[in-house]
Amino acid sequence: MPETKKFLYVNRKAPYGTIYALEALEVVLIGAAFEQDVSLAFLDDGVYQLTKGQDTKAVGMKNFSPTYKALGDYDVNKIYVEQESLDARGLSLDDLLPLTWEDEDDDWAEKDSIKVISATEMAQIMEQSDIVLSF
Amino acid sequence: MSQLHTVNKSPLDRHALASAIRHAVKGSAILMIEDGVYGAMQGTQKSDMVSHAMDDISFYVMGPDLEARGINEARIIDGIKVVDYSGFVALVAEHDTTQSWL
Repeated sequence: MPETKKFLYVNRKAPYGTIYALEALEVVLIGAAFEQDVSLAFLDDGVYQLTKGQDTKAVGMKNFSPTYKALGDYDVNKIYVEQESLDARGLSLDDLLPLTWEDEDDDWAEKDSIKVISATEMAQIMEQSDIVLSF
Repeated sequence: MSQLHTVNKSPLDRHALASAIRHAVKGSAILMIEDGVYGAMQGTQKSDMVSHAMDDISFYVMGPDLEARGINEARIIDGIKVVDYSGFVALVAEHDTTQSWL
């Protein structure tokens, strides 16, 4: 049994303007198959990835934001969003997609995946991760 | 001469919008496109920079790029006009030159 490592995916880019956000999401979904301890961090412009109400019809691009809602089904349920980054952008938790997961150890209770944390707490999560992948 | 400036970068990630505002002369226009549309939102660290520039510069923002990013028009800074792709073309045609701030 290989040792489980703590993976952290750091998302710092807005969606659509560059390919980073979509690439990160695809890597997370692929990585989820390897049963590691996965956390996602959203800071700086990365918080824009999680905004609700995205509608890409008129720009002719794929709207990949609904895919974030599937993360809970892949046991990716530690999604950290930095408070300072939201504040700088005039955003709050209410502006973000309601991401949830079902806790099989708690009678499949539906729980929130997103935790809004401070930059200080974010720094600790980064420092405590074994592998940090940046997008 | 009248000039149209386009900005396609988020003002919270890059300085393209700040540079465009600094170099746009009175009477010119700035059109925010792609990730540049985040510059049109109220309540951000960059909103005041845009509001203060509106006396001298006309601001426009691409509606389809707002929709893609989930930004409701109600959250756009007052005075910024929302345009569509044909509006983009009209702005280019109305101005003598177009400069992109990448």
